[in-house]
Amino acid sequence: MSNSSKIITDAPAPEGFSGEGFFATKLDSVVGMARANSLWPLPFATSCCGIEFMATMASHYDVARFGSERMSFSPRQADMLLVMGTIAKKMAPILRQVYEQMAEPRWVISVGACACSGGIFDTYSVLQGIDKIIPVDVYVPGCPPRPEQILDGVMRLQDLVRSESVRRRSSPEYTELLASYNIK
Amino acid sequence: MESNQSDYLPILIQMLLAVGFVVLTIIGSSFLGPKRHSKNKDKTFECGIESVGNARVPFSVKYFLVAILFVLFDVEVIFMYPWAVNFRAMGVEGMMKMGIFMVLLLVGFFYVMKKKGLEWE
Repeated sequence: MSNSSKIITDAPAPEGFSGEGFFATKLDSVVGMARANSLWPLPFATSCCGIEFMATMASHYDVARFGSERMSFSPRQADMLLVMGTIAKKMAPILRQVYEQMAEPRWVISVGACACSGGIFDTYSVLQGIDKIIPVDVYVPGCPPRPEQILDGVMRLQDLVRSESVRRRSSPEYTELLASYNIK
Repeated sequence: MESNQSDYLPILIQMLLAVGFVVLTIIGSSFLGPKRHSKNKDKTFECGIESVGNARVPFSVKYFLVAILFVLFDVEVIFMYPWAVNFRAMGVEGMMKMGIFMVLLLVGFFYVMKKKGLEWE
């Protein structure tokens, strides 16, 4: 149907029944689409990856076209927690508290090698990966990752969000996942 | 043309419907929305650290003085509005009465100035 050299700019529509002037689909798909295309980030930027995120926010790489128009520094109003940079063991309870105080639905992207696994800092003071204290959805490796890589991570998260169940927060799987991190 | 009290009933109904709709949707959505509560989640957000003490802080009484004196003299100005509208009809007699009223308030103003009520150090 479309030329292989043409860039596809239309997002794929969810499965549904369409007719003359209407389109019927599941509520889950619509809610998933709405959530995926309006992910408001909470930039938890600690180090160099934070600088790369600043470049991602700027006009050249522009994370706003993915729906992240408004950076929220309040966890109550943020959807995704972007942990960017080295997290020291002293910072760990603060990061955990910020994650706990986020309102559902919430996702976590760990940007950069230090957040994913401690990076090159295998020492007594650095937390070897934030997934020791909070559940992580997407890992973006790199030291630091290019803005395109951060955007790729956001797009992977969008795929995750689009197919997520609306009632996930009351599912036993979610409760178990949080309980494994000792989060109520 | 005469208008009774009952002619304004539709406006009251319209206002009740508008306000009632807003109140109902706010209360209804708070019942329908899914929520998860936990002890740590409901604590006051203070950038991830434990919050200490009350956020209410006593503030100085100067603000209250300025506000209350403004209200008093603003009420004086409000009394001058009907006089401004009926200036000619009230004539010289009206001016004398308003003059006495304003002089009394001026005495109060001098008291405030002498007591340094509006000093902002």
